[in-house]
Amino acid sequence: MNSIDLIGGSATQHRVEDSLLVSDLSVAYGRRIVLRNVAAEISRGQAVGVVGPNGGGKSTLLKAIAGIIPSLGGDVTLFGKPIAGQRSRVAFMPQREIVDWEFPVTAADVVMMGRYPRMSWPHRAGRRDREVVEEMLDRVGMLEYRDRQIGALSGGQQQRVFVARALAQEADVLLLDEPMTGIDASTQEVVMGIIEEQRQQGKIVLLATHDLYSASCACDCLCCVGERAVSFGPTEQMYTEETLTEVFGGPVIILGQQSESFEEGRHGYMPGRAAHHEHDHTHEVHG
Amino acid sequence: MDAVSDWVTEPLRYQFMQRALIEVVLMGAVTGAVGCYVVLRGLSFIGDALSHAIFPGIVIAYLLGHSVFIGAMVFGIMTSAAITVVATNRRLKEDSAIGVLFAGTFALGIVLISSTNNFTRDLASFLFGNVLGATTNDIWVSAGAGLVVVLFLLLFHRELLIVSFDRVAGESMGIKVFWIDLLLLLMISLTIVISLRAVGNILVVAMLVTPAATARLLTDRLPVMLVLSSAIGVFSGIAGLFVSYHADVAAGGTIVLVATGVFGAVWLFAPETGLITGRLIRRRIGDELGEESSVLFESPQILPPSP
Repeated sequence: MNSIDLIGGSATQHRVEDSLLVSDLSVAYGRRIVLRNVAAEISRGQAVGVVGPNGGGKSTLLKAIAGIIPSLGGDVTLFGKPIAGQRSRVAFMPQREIVDWEFPVTAADVVMMGRYPRMSWPHRAGRRDREVVEEMLDRVGMLEYRDRQIGALSGGQQQRVFVARALAQEADVLLLDEPMTGIDASTQEVVMGIIEEQRQQGKIVLLATHDLYSASCACDCLCCVGERAVSFGPTEQMYTEETLTEVFGGPVIILGQQSESFEEGRHGYMPGRAAHHEHDHTHEVHG
Repeated sequence: MDAVSDWVTEPLRYQFMQRALIEVVLMGAVTGAVGCYVVLRGLSFIGDALSHAIFPGIVIAYLLGHSVFIGAMVFGIMTSAAITVVATNRRLKEDSAIGVLFAGTFALGIVLISSTNNFTRDLASFLFGNVLGATTNDIWVSAGAGLVVVLFLLLFHRELLIVSFDRVAGESMGIKVFWIDLLLLLMISLTIVISLRAVGNILVVAMLVTPAATARLLTDRLPVMLVLSSAIGVFSGIAGLFVSYHADVAAGGTIVLVATGVFGAVWLFAPETGLITGRLIRRRIGDELGEESSVLFESPQILPPSP
């Protein structure tokens, strides 16, 4: 089973003009095919957790949608038009490891980079740009660190700055690559809160993570990207033993019952396993 | 006081010294600014490679009686393009490819120049610079090329910043990373051409790296670093030129030595990050902590539990 065609969320009300539509997307590195005929339809206000094992292609899917790596074939359209001409509507947050932390920029400089697609040539920062930078730094609780060199911040603080940069792009689609990796609980809470907030504002959020539990809490759809299969659907349908076993290629045990609280769920979570949490579309995210 | 002003004004009675002074100021300012990106992107090796790869272009133009500048530019463009394209291949080890390329082209330059009658003198002036021989024409070429480089740095400041810091994010924002890389290498080539008169082929890389590395030790802001680095480049150029005149030694080498000396001083004494200043700060903080803890020991404060 190499491709599954599933429509996420409340399937009936989808309209192409309101959706990010991925069809038959295939990506290869050299001869190795990483993604094969992936299809997904995500509407405004939906958050999708892209989950799967390491090397399965989570990052690849996000990068292909962001247009950073070329695809072998397939279409990605946003609101009915090809995404290639609408880069400023898409904000991509790369994994933390690829950034040069010794670079002489401050937290505020990094967030200002997010304003680049909104600036016209020769890209001088205006008053509105500075206002947005302040607002987003404040939103992630980093305003007081605005003049710190980026490498002098803790891992969680750096992650917040990068989330603020993605927000500063004021995009319609947020692609977050591993925002939950190696960060403290309070930063995780900030990120979860922002995902929820963005959904309520009608944005589309894609969140690549190997943390199944936080994905199932923050997202109403899951896209499971595994070596053998890519499947996409509402969290309630996807978050089952059979689907996850298929994706991860090994036994997956879902811990706990529907009535379990968030805290118990978190304690029950083990690497390589999944904890279950009752999910509905309106629930509040809490730490 | 008179001695000091004489030290400065006496050499400037000569026109060749006036021209040399303008030449080293232009060189110092431009190498300092471009050098920031060389240092931040880890391009020292590529800068060195470019300066060597340009060498046969200079020799060919010289032998054919054309402008040395044009020869250097043609080879600079070809090498920049070759390096940028090679760098896009994921599997090839970039540095070995570049190593092969620049050693080969440099050898070509040496073989070509060995065919001239004034082999030794010509080679020496290309390799080590001859700033005292700068002509008015050289100055105009340097000023023009320098203006192009500075304009590029100003107009593409934001693209350069984003691509240098976080390439992937830059790509996702629609920045044409390949073209920015290529343009940056071309600007480095231009800068090398400007520096040939002053410090020569071999020492160019020092002017690209040393002032920028010094500036990096002094600041955490890129705009400040660009200005500081240019200032250090200009200072090294002027100071090196005057010292070399009075000591009757090679100007190019002296300029690079001054830059190296400034780097050494900053490395030792930079506020907070310097080797010696850092140690002093740690000792002082240690002393203060020692005093505080003794006070606490005498009258320990017990805070009520917060509600």
